[in-house]
Amino acid sequence: MLGLGKKDASLLLVVVALTMLAPFILNPFPSDSGMAQFNAGYPDLMQRFVIFGIFAIGFNILFGLTGYLSFGHAAFLGVGSYSAVWMFKLLSMNILPAIILSVIIAGLFSLLIGWVSLRRTGIYFSILTLAFAQMSFALAYSVLTPLTNGETGLQVTLDDPRILGVSATADGSIPVTNLFGLEMRSAYDMIVGPWTFTFSVGYYVCAIVMIAAFYLSIRIFRSPFGMMLRAIKSNQTRMNYTGLNPKPYTLAAFVISGMYAGLAGGLMASMDPLAGAERMQWTASGEVVLMTILGGVGTLIGPILGAGMIKYFENIFSKINDGVLHTWFSFLPDGIENFMVAVIHPFVGKGWHLTLGLIFMLVVTFLPGGLVEGGQRIAKALRKKDKDDDGKSPSTEPAE
Amino acid sequence: MDVFLTQILNGLDKGSAYALIALGLTLIFGTLGVVNFAHGALFMIGAFCSVFLQRLLNLSYETVDPTKTDFLGNPAVIKTPYVESWFGPEMGAAIIDWSVPLAVLFAIPIMIAIGFIMERGLIKHFYKREHADQILVTFGLAIVLQEVIKAVYGANPIQTPAPDALSGVAVLAEGVVYPVWRIVYFFFSVVVIGAVFAFLQFTTFGMVVRAGMADRETVGLLGIDIDKRFTLMFGLAAAVAGLAGVMYGPINAPNYHMGMDFLVLSFVVVVVGGMGSLPGAVAAGFLLGILESFASMTAVTDIIPGINQIIIYLVAIIILLVRPRGLMGRKGVME
Repeated sequence: MLGLGKKDASLLLVVVALTMLAPFILNPFPSDSGMAQFNAGYPDLMQRFVIFGIFAIGFNILFGLTGYLSFGHAAFLGVGSYSAVWMFKLLSMNILPAIILSVIIAGLFSLLIGWVSLRRTGIYFSILTLAFAQMSFALAYSVLTPLTNGETGLQVTLDDPRILGVSATADGSIPVTNLFGLEMRSAYDMIVGPWTFTFSVGYYVCAIVMIAAFYLSIRIFRSPFGMMLRAIKSNQTRMNYTGLNPKPYTLAAFVISGMYAGLAGGLMASMDPLAGAERMQWTASGEVVLMTILGGVGTLIGPILGAGMIKYFENIFSKINDGVLHTWFSFLPDGIENFMVAVIHPFVGKGWHLTLGLIFMLVVTFLPGGLVEGGQRIAKALRKKDKDDDGKSPSTEPAE
Repeated sequence: MDVFLTQILNGLDKGSAYALIALGLTLIFGTLGVVNFAHGALFMIGAFCSVFLQRLLNLSYETVDPTKTDFLGNPAVIKTPYVESWFGPEMGAAIIDWSVPLAVLFAIPIMIAIGFIMERGLIKHFYKREHADQILVTFGLAIVLQEVIKAVYGANPIQTPAPDALSGVAVLAEGVVYPVWRIVYFFFSVVVIGAVFAFLQFTTFGMVVRAGMADRETVGLLGIDIDKRFTLMFGLAAAVAGLAGVMYGPINAPNYHMGMDFLVLSFVVVVVGGMGSLPGAVAAGFLLGILESFASMTAVTDIIPGINQIIIYLVAIIILLVRPRGLMGRKGVME
């Protein structure tokens, strides 16, 4: 199907099903129950799942296939956001030209940075990309203020020209982002008994873009080009000896992943027309590294899982406060209850970063393949157990 | 001329922090071959050692003084720190006043212990893995350490003032006024750097470590347990970073993310100086500090706006492209 092998096609179908049904899947608890705070099915969060999914898929094309660890990818996301907002300010509130521009600008930007950075490998490459990203961040904050609006961040205002659209709507407010009239923030609530499912236009736009991005990444992984990238990762010296120049391939991978980041940035700005320099800071680059590693480097589905997991934790874990903890442990005697709350307290709420750091360290140390490898190991162990049972069953039979 | 002198002082001052952190990073990289992204966190922990000591010294007991009343009319509660009651009021107050310099002594064993635990507990297992894995696991560790400090001390910066005697300004020349503590910081860093170099140069231990940095295998073949010594060097590097942090407290109030802010810059410094070269790291630290402070002069920023923000990165990019092994890097080391 669509030029994919059977396994890849079913993986794609699973991803399509998951993203399309996400408003149901992420809302398992009735909205009036105590568990409702673990629902992640609201548009804002779901959009972030898929947007960061795109970002991580793109990062994985570079890091997963070629092994080049970039610590500056957030710069491309930031550039994408800025160009999208500029498009909203100058052209119209239609998201299509904005996203196209942000992909192109991020591509050009990554071509420039990649061309320079890829002269070096290993740790030097990481530090070069880090230096470039920090430079862009510092410039966006200071000198480029006319372009980026400095600390306040770039926003759409009432007196923007918007050549193809209107500067202000009839009732004098700022027009909202749309796709040929379909407003991004409009949503439809479906109420089934105690459950409320929200279907947001913005989410579905992002989800469709993510599915397209995912499909493209599968094709890249399975293409001769992807094979070449893997060859670079496994042994670059040998590749040189066979007379191949790795540079164009790595540069292409770098630009592709930069464009993915730009796409994510453009989508982010389309959902909320605002762009700030903090999106380019190196901690933001670190976040996408965390996502990719946590999910599984070099696997197809891994980055999406990682992005979803981190964003879920960020929003849901950080909401657990002491009150919630007390209700969880209320069945215990008071002393033990307070003790349990005190033990868990540093890891949730504002301290969720601590949990994230610990999980990340454990994953890097014991499970270099991330969640995907974990899943595979469990599956393997289960299969082996089945086999063992089959093999052993005759011997465990009592002799008659 | 005055402006010139002030900028040089500023540069030396910034440079001394860069040089100290870069020195520790290079010690770890040169001996163990590990790229330590948690080094900034060690700097931050050092700064919080002095916060801890300050809190410890300020532990006090309360007495009620019936002769005085506070503004609500209740009998006044007077807090007396324990140190004042033990050493007498004058001596006690002096000890509290000098808590930052005292924290230097206090931080050394703690930082060495932390470095030791880090190396034995975590980094040891990553020698044979890729540099990318080392970067990732130490990055994770940096997040964890930072969050632990945040959980204990909160997210706001905590003031650790310098002793009164050293907190004023000094008039160095006609029209050149400079904070005393920053000058102290510079001399302190020179002393620490000198001590580290002397240790490596003039002791047998240092000689073995240098030999191990040059050729680990041969030293091993001579029957010396080089790993044990390298572990100690990790502790030493942690102590250097920690001391840099302790003394930095009065310049910039310690907060939990100060390490991350310094980390990126000190990596750049290490790369410019040459991966694995100790003199390179120190020289590059001071050099970049001075460059940065000159770039932030108004005369310069008028010509090229924003240059002060990016000069260090710009220099690093140029150096990496034209002289990949850095200013003083040895040939063939991570080139």
